[in-house]
Amino acid sequence: MNLFADALSWITDGSHWGGPGGIDHRIVQHLLVTFAAVAVAAVLALPLGILIGHTGRGRLVVVALAGAVRAVPTLGLLTLLGLALGIGLQAPLLALVALAFPSLLAGAYAGVESADRGAVDAARAVGMSEWQLVTRVEVPLGAEVILGGIRAATLQVVATATLAAYISDTGLGRYLFSGLKSRQYDEMLAGALLVAVLALVLDLTLAALQRASRPTTGKVLS
Amino acid sequence: MGIEFRDVGKTYPDGTVAVTGFSCTVPSHRTLALVGTSGSGKTTLMRMVNRMVEPTTGTVLIDERDVLGLDKVELRRSIGYVPQAGGLLPHRRVVDNVATVPVLTGTPRGAARDAALALLERVGLDPALGRRYPAQLSGGQQQRVAVARALAADPNILLMDEPFGAVDPIVRRGLQDQLLQLQAELGKTIVLVTHDIDEAFRLGDEVVILRTGGIVAQAGTPKEIVAAPADDFVRDFIGADRADRALRTVDIDGRSVVVDGDGRPVGVLE
Repeated sequence: MNLFADALSWITDGSHWGGPGGIDHRIVQHLLVTFAAVAVAAVLALPLGILIGHTGRGRLVVVALAGAVRAVPTLGLLTLLGLALGIGLQAPLLALVALAFPSLLAGAYAGVESADRGAVDAARAVGMSEWQLVTRVEVPLGAEVILGGIRAATLQVVATATLAAYISDTGLGRYLFSGLKSRQYDEMLAGALLVAVLALVLDLTLAALQRASRPTTGKVLS
Repeated sequence: MGIEFRDVGKTYPDGTVAVTGFSCTVPSHRTLALVGTSGSGKTTLMRMVNRMVEPTTGTVLIDERDVLGLDKVELRRSIGYVPQAGGLLPHRRVVDNVATVPVLTGTPRGAARDAALALLERVGLDPALGRRYPAQLSGGQQQRVAVARALAADPNILLMDEPFGAVDPIVRRGLQDQLLQLQAELGKTIVLVTHDIDEAFRLGDEVVILRTGGIVAQAGTPKEIVAAPADDFVRDFIGADRADRALRTVDIDGRSVVVDGDGRPVGVLE
């Protein structure tokens, strides 16, 4: 409990704020790394997932591949990439992209597949092009599930972005690694607490977004 | 506009034969009812008209033109389609569902909505329902909306896939009456799929009874089929031996009263 109080006072210590190594600066870095990784993964995974959901093709192959990627330990991947790419942000970014990919992909195809098949078939039969089907029917109807994938991926990445500090001086993970090394456990716990709070705030924000994305259908929600 | 099926067949990649050697012509402004049990290929045949299914052999022609030579999306927009159980877009208001095709083809949204409200009235719905979402309507009302959507682009052809199958018999009767009245006014060329022989006889000018694999058991007007069922399959399918089809008259106080096979009176012969 004492350690916990120490960590809190470490966080509230004004000298730990401001400047290049300050908490505020590192929070921004941590968020930027998180958003960059999720954004890059989303650019790759969402169109692929939507395509799979729309056509129903390639599902088995891609799901198996995504499952394999999911099984790769991020720390191991990071070490491997770090050895190949050297010190810097590239290796952790790539590792985080790999981490975010499966959740985003699963959300995208599950969302598109969840759109009412009768409505999709009828929309095609009255003359919507495949593109119109995707943008006007399947994605709006699957938005909540697709955003669920983004939410899960963001939560994983924001927590794991701590590892970025493993081979680069970036983000809140720095407090954990330096605290561990120098036995400054208040600093270490403070870093962990900050990451946890950041993850919670992001998750709650995305949960609100997810609720807002639910299509209006006039149905009474249970 | 006439529709012609010329020796059409459909075999799915897994080897399932849905239809074999089907030929039939639907003259303009007439209604063809395709009727059969499930697996008889009736829906497959209907969906060939708007290329939702493409035949593996033979050709489907609209006004002498092979549909395979036409642009899929353009073709579908030019044909009204009423699917089974509504198939409305759950996230769009009723009025926007009806206006779907005109909006796709470039009609300004406001004008398309005004036309949609008028169409709701035409199919017997209060235009005030236009503001609701499909889930807030009863099954019968949703089917009326689906009919209105099919009519929105003023197509010459209507395709209807068991349009009234999912509603109760009384509502179904009302919807059938509505369709007959609309058809009397509009004179569309209609291909209707149903498993209900009474519906086929009621709505179809021509009826084609299909057996498994899309083989024609009998084709003709309802009168021709009732008068001379081709074989036992057709007799059984139309219920020719059912008590309520085996009518005879009995003389009661000088009037010819029609009774069914069980002797129950059904009406008076004028």
